[in-house]
Amino acid sequence: MALSPADRALLAALEEGLPLVPRPFAALGARLGLGEAEVLARLAALRAAGVINRAGLIVRHRELGFRANAMVVLDVPDDELQAAGTRLAREPSVSLCYARPRRPPLWPYNLFSMVHGRERRETLREVHAILMRTGLEAVPRAVLFSTRRFIQRAARYAPIEAGAAETPA
Amino acid sequence: MAAPTAYPSPAPFAPTPLQRALLDRFQRELPLVPAPFAAMAEAVGASEAEVIEALAQLQAAGVLARVGVTLAPNRAGASTLAAMAVPADRLEAVAALVSSYPEVNHNYEREHRFNLWFVVTAPSRARVEAVLAAIEARTGLAVLDLPLDRPFKLDLGFPLRWR
Repeated sequence: MALSPADRALLAALEEGLPLVPRPFAALGARLGLGEAEVLARLAALRAAGVINRAGLIVRHRELGFRANAMVVLDVPDDELQAAGTRLAREPSVSLCYARPRRPPLWPYNLFSMVHGRERRETLREVHAILMRTGLEAVPRAVLFSTRRFIQRAARYAPIEAGAAETPA
Repeated sequence: MAAPTAYPSPAPFAPTPLQRALLDRFQRELPLVPAPFAAMAEAVGASEAEVIEALAQLQAAGVLARVGVTLAPNRAGASTLAAMAVPADRLEAVAALVSSYPEVNHNYEREHRFNLWFVVTAPSRARVEAVLAAIEARTGLAVLDLPLDRPFKLDLGFPLRWR
């Protein structure tokens, strides 16, 4: 589905989220010169087309106590990747599961998943249980816990003018 | 720019029963109707004003990033997951430089030789590559570019397993 300029503007206006007012879609539309019904129709179409993956409350897990968040990466043989990814995705505590390219020799892993927990031991236990259930316990892997969040914000889809400040780190 | 969130942070926010009900039911079921908060209220047995107040408190506490949408990767634009192996004494400065790009929407330290992980999202793949190239040029450090090959599970919200 090709996105129209109007759809892009609508998604960009939604980056900061809906205003918490009784008629938020009308308020959003007013900023764009669109009627409430038109905003709702476009959002429903974008959701039906799969461009919008999820519409709802976007939560920050860490603030609710989920601080032991692990990115589990596996080096799965290419001909087993589809089956392994499908099995991992069925696990309720795997929140994301993607295939990504290896970058040998620096990065040998091609299957990425996220598992969230409150404490590291709890998360590691869950990762182990998932790997046993999915038959992936013998696959080379790494478990990368996040230790600091520098930024988490909505993705920007509207064009951004030029770069940020141009000073070397 | 917000200060980095170091772990462990203070005690987690304790949501009210109404807030829990909203978090359990509406992470992926935003009612696309003129009065969505009234629709949520009806579903959880509260008033529209109570729902709006509960959500405003969650937002003020930082638990609720927004009432909004997440987009499927590479449908409305291009994105990639990027990683860098940053010397420890340069991590804060490099992380701040990475975060200064508006195209970067997640940026985390992780325990690994590749210790800085971030997501770059832009209207085009060319712009994603330009951002990665600029970060490489400005830091003198290599950036791993790991774009999505195949999604097996997209972000569907989060089962909160209340205690």
